[in-house]
Amino acid sequence: MLYREAGDFKTSYAADEQTFPIRFDRNAFYVLVAVAFLLVPFVINNYWSNAVLLPFLIWSIAAIGLNILTGYCGQVSLGTGGFMAVGAFGAFKLMTAFPDLNIVFVVVLAGFITALVGMAFGLPSLRIKGFYLAVATLASQFFLVWLFNKVPWFMNNSATGHINAPVRTVFGQAVTGAAATPAAKYLFCLAILVALALVAKNLTRGRIGRSWMAIRDMDIAAEIIGVSPLRAKISAFAVSSFFIGVAGALYFTVYFGAVEVTDAFGIRVSFLVLFMVIIGGLGSILGSFLGAGFMVLLPILLKNVMVGGLGWPTDLAAHVELLVVGLLIMVFLIVEPHGLAQLWRLTKEKLRLWPFPH
Amino acid sequence: MTPAVAAEAAPGRRIGGVLMEMRNITLRFGGVVAIKDISFDIREGEIRAIIGPNGAGKSSMLNVINGFYHPQEGEIWFRGEKRGSLRPHAIAHQGIARTFQNIALFKGMSTLDNIMTGRFTKMKSNMFWQALWKGPAEKEEYQNREVVEKIIDFLQIQAIRKTPVGRLPYGLQKRVELGRALAAEPKLLLLDEPMAGMNVEEKEDMSRFILDVNEEFGTTIALIEHDMGVVMDISDRVVVLDYGRKIGDGTPDEVRSNPEVIEAYLGVGH
Repeated sequence: MLYREAGDFKTSYAADEQTFPIRFDRNAFYVLVAVAFLLVPFVINNYWSNAVLLPFLIWSIAAIGLNILTGYCGQVSLGTGGFMAVGAFGAFKLMTAFPDLNIVFVVVLAGFITALVGMAFGLPSLRIKGFYLAVATLASQFFLVWLFNKVPWFMNNSATGHINAPVRTVFGQAVTGAAATPAAKYLFCLAILVALALVAKNLTRGRIGRSWMAIRDMDIAAEIIGVSPLRAKISAFAVSSFFIGVAGALYFTVYFGAVEVTDAFGIRVSFLVLFMVIIGGLGSILGSFLGAGFMVLLPILLKNVMVGGLGWPTDLAAHVELLVVGLLIMVFLIVEPHGLAQLWRLTKEKLRLWPFPH
Repeated sequence: MTPAVAAEAAPGRRIGGVLMEMRNITLRFGGVVAIKDISFDIREGEIRAIIGPNGAGKSSMLNVINGFYHPQEGEIWFRGEKRGSLRPHAIAHQGIARTFQNIALFKGMSTLDNIMTGRFTKMKSNMFWQALWKGPAEKEEYQNREVVEKIIDFLQIQAIRKTPVGRLPYGLQKRVELGRALAAEPKLLLLDEPMAGMNVEEKEDMSRFILDVNEEFGTTIALIEHDMGVVMDISDRVVVLDYGRKIGDGTPDEVRSNPEVIEAYLGVGH
């Protein structure tokens, strides 16, 4: 059989606790990573890079970030756009203040700056929960966007209201600016995503991840076990904001190159990432990828079918696209509230017994 | 559970000095007095029951012991030291674990993860190593897993190791919750109605587990229970509360013959 996880034949805890316990999964993962790193860069072109792959990679990082906070720690956040803006402006200030600093460090430091900001805005979560916390984080979203618009220092007094990313290189290859090739941009984002996804997986399956889930599932019981709600919630805000900040930094420096804060990091972004997390599956790293893929690919697919296939006018197609995406989100939430990751889990459970139902 | 079983268990056990002492505890919610001037102690290695009719203040007492409520008056002494007003998670680090009357498991997690979470106070590795899943973090994870597996064996729940606890039947959930509390290797284990809602067989199983925990690990246990038969069989000493006051304290036999206790349970005139 190709795909089996029936029977428990593991002989060590290391084997039992690895990320992909099933050999087929493990091999599929290695093949996927090899294809992504070794094959895709040679066939990538501008369209694939800008329309599909870069958005998918960057939104995946943001979705993993929000999933850590909302899916694993149970703290609803509508401030994702604001935190991405912090990452973008952090990267911008670092790039302009330290022109010699390597872009890798810029992106990571921008993540740490966002983590600090996230911890500060996470403090209300100690006293308020659920909807009320969502409203508090919504306030942070509007506050941050307003702040970046209002204080000229953040934009280095740019008259246009835009910030522009200067050219930066990794191993001699430009990854930001107009001269960057699609392959270089893609590989840069992919490397960061893979590293961060592994970090997220490791954090969520260990002691810290369990303390987050304990707070999510039953905060009173978590406390009597010795989990400090303060430390668990604030660490979740910090890690989550780090991921979101890195996503914001990449979104600005690598993907767009020039952004206007209200446009790029508005409330729309916060909802988009929240949709990704909910559709993909709360509390699942795989779900973050699936959700990001769904939300990035579905509009493109619909557009290609309606404009390219059916020959509809572009403006009509754009409206219908919104309707269909919205409808599909609702259908999904009704049919499978636990998201795409849960569908995959159920399929695996069925496969375990297939073709015998009992 | 017959008295013979309890007596049989006795030789292996050693009841030591005072582990925890409550001195003149008074707890009020606004004008309502939930606990009024109650003192009692819990000795090392014993099984101590707290009984009383509904609303007597039993659960409030447990909540005082593990820090959810802070009494307005009175002192709590634990292992020879007076305890300040600590948060529940700090008290957990001192070695007090508990289970809840209504099961309070982490529903989204598997049995294994629930019990592993119980090891939280024993795990120290920092975020850096955990992010890499290498070095101290990995080593610590496997060492603690070994301890957890022993608890899983002890409670005979090997088959449901990877099952999300939300799917388990009630009796098993109670057992997993006991496992989670045991994982912390507590000095003092508080059980809030461990047998509520169970049938006779499940009660017998649970009694056996409680006695075994006490005997094999030497864990001191304080429990609240309504089933008098169980309480009288398994506990060494019983404290009886009624309307927030203490009306009896002693061995099961002493308590059983205490006129005030009889009155509280059966009403006046008997």
